[in-house]
Amino acid sequence: MLNALLSGDLPRSRGLTLILLAILVGLAFAPFLFPGTRSLNTAATICVFIVLVASYDLLLGYTGVVSFAHTMFYGIGAYGVAIMLELWPASWGGILLGSLAGLAVSIALAFVIALFSLRVRAIFFAMVTLAVSSAFMILASQLSGLTGGEDGLSYRVPRELGPAFKLIDTEILGVKVDGRLLNYYLVFLASAGLVLLLLRFVNAPFGRVLQAIRENTFRAEAIGYRTVIYRTIAVCLSAGVASLAGSLMAIWLKYTGPDTTLSLTIMIDILLMLVIGGMGSIYGAVLGATLFILARNYLQNLMDIGASALGDLPLLPALIDPDRWLLWLGVLFILSVYFFPSGIVGRLRAGR
Amino acid sequence: MPEPLLRLEGVHTHIGQYHILQGVDLDVPAGGLTMLLGRNGAGKTTTLRSIMGLWNPSQGRVVFDGTEIGGMGTADIARLGLAYVPENMGLFGNLTVQENMVLAARKGPMDNARLDWIFELFPALKKFWRLPAGNLSGGQKQMLAIARAISEPRRLLLIDEPTKGLAPSIVEALIEAFLDLKRSETTILLVEQNFRMACAVGDSVAVMDDGQIVHTGAMSELAENEALQQRLLGLSLDTHQ
Repeated sequence: MLNALLSGDLPRSRGLTLILLAILVGLAFAPFLFPGTRSLNTAATICVFIVLVASYDLLLGYTGVVSFAHTMFYGIGAYGVAIMLELWPASWGGILLGSLAGLAVSIALAFVIALFSLRVRAIFFAMVTLAVSSAFMILASQLSGLTGGEDGLSYRVPRELGPAFKLIDTEILGVKVDGRLLNYYLVFLASAGLVLLLLRFVNAPFGRVLQAIRENTFRAEAIGYRTVIYRTIAVCLSAGVASLAGSLMAIWLKYTGPDTTLSLTIMIDILLMLVIGGMGSIYGAVLGATLFILARNYLQNLMDIGASALGDLPLLPALIDPDRWLLWLGVLFILSVYFFPSGIVGRLRAGR
Repeated sequence: MPEPLLRLEGVHTHIGQYHILQGVDLDVPAGGLTMLLGRNGAGKTTTLRSIMGLWNPSQGRVVFDGTEIGGMGTADIARLGLAYVPENMGLFGNLTVQENMVLAARKGPMDNARLDWIFELFPALKKFWRLPAGNLSGGQKQMLAIARAISEPRRLLLIDEPTKGLAPSIVEALIEAFLDLKRSETTILLVEQNFRMACAVGDSVAVMDDGQIVHTGAMSELAENEALQQRLLGLSLDTHQ
């Protein structure tokens, strides 16, 4: 059953299994284990970014295609929902139509980019995607009538997904069963479904062909695979899933703006998450996204506690002052890349 | 005389500024094993790569079973039933032996009887079935490369120096495998430096020099004529292997 659910791609490492189980349990019961708005927001962000990073892994880790347009597809999904909910406020139809419209536009755009640029060398594809995504970001800022410009769009989601909605009056483990909880589980279940779908793709013969293309395009051609077609499908699939991740984020945040969806900083974060977790394994995306977002959201608090505890000592409290959290975040990333060159999943699976 | 399965007519191939193939004319008869011999740099590998479309001929015709394949994409050529085993074996090192084999069987799940036959030819592959191909020894990699090429019935195998750098015992195993392949009536064009192997398995032979075919005939004829060997091949072949 579990084997079928994971498409035969079991973690193959006791350590990895335990970590993945901890993440799954943590996310599945986040509202009850870590009550509070901030922790629930962190959990929802982790869910969405796991999908986003996993979809990028399909492209970079499995196919060896470097793209800088991933946040663009993520943004298209988010703006799709945002624009539709602006037109039809608080409607399920707006969510559905927005998600589908974002998905269709993302796949169509990915198809055009892939068709025109995948025949050229990898570096040119990367440059084309960078150019297109930069142009799209400018476009999103300029078309303020449609996208809200730099300020973005704030909108209302259906009442059933808001804190005012009560599903039942009694609390469960001290937590209100309201629309906010339903919204979280919508994000969680949709994310879990998309990750399982990606696992299915990468473990199907299609995924093996992508891996063959990543290792050597000419060899894959020589055994009869039209690599441009496979790479185009991978780009479209990856863009589609990224778009759905964007739609989920738009539903959760009830706000969509260029900084939260289209920014190049998010693209760099995705790359970091993938490198830290491990490329060429969907589980790497799960680990990378979880660790990165936890570190970004809680490192400052951890350092504050550390600095207070070491208050009497010389130099050390200043060194781990909470204001220096970005410096330590950078150090942590450098160390993780140094000690886990194949990512945490690669190291755990190698058993060292 | 029956039409050959593969015919090259006046094929010229340029790599950058270098004019490597200078009018290659070659016939590969169906059902036999044709040896392509010649000293290093004569253009043997370029000939195979030009047939597979990995380097497009600048002039001339490459005709496979009546279809002009010069200028076609590599994947399309492979789909006509040609399989290429390059000198570096062309394996996917991060994928397992099984995954390498499954990848090559494009038409669907591998036929069990064929798999049993491949395991008979190369027993080591069964043992290392779930191991990454990159972890295999040189000989095992070569066996996997050939096994992958025959994972489905192919009409023509193009194999480039399969015995290069292999221990004599592995070469013996490969000779046995090629004799078995010949019995299955697979057409093979084999580039080889090991003359003993060429004599053991070859039906016909073409010798290349300076990007042209300088001799064609029966392999047995060349094997028996030392003067001809000396004239055509000089010291390029290791006859003691």
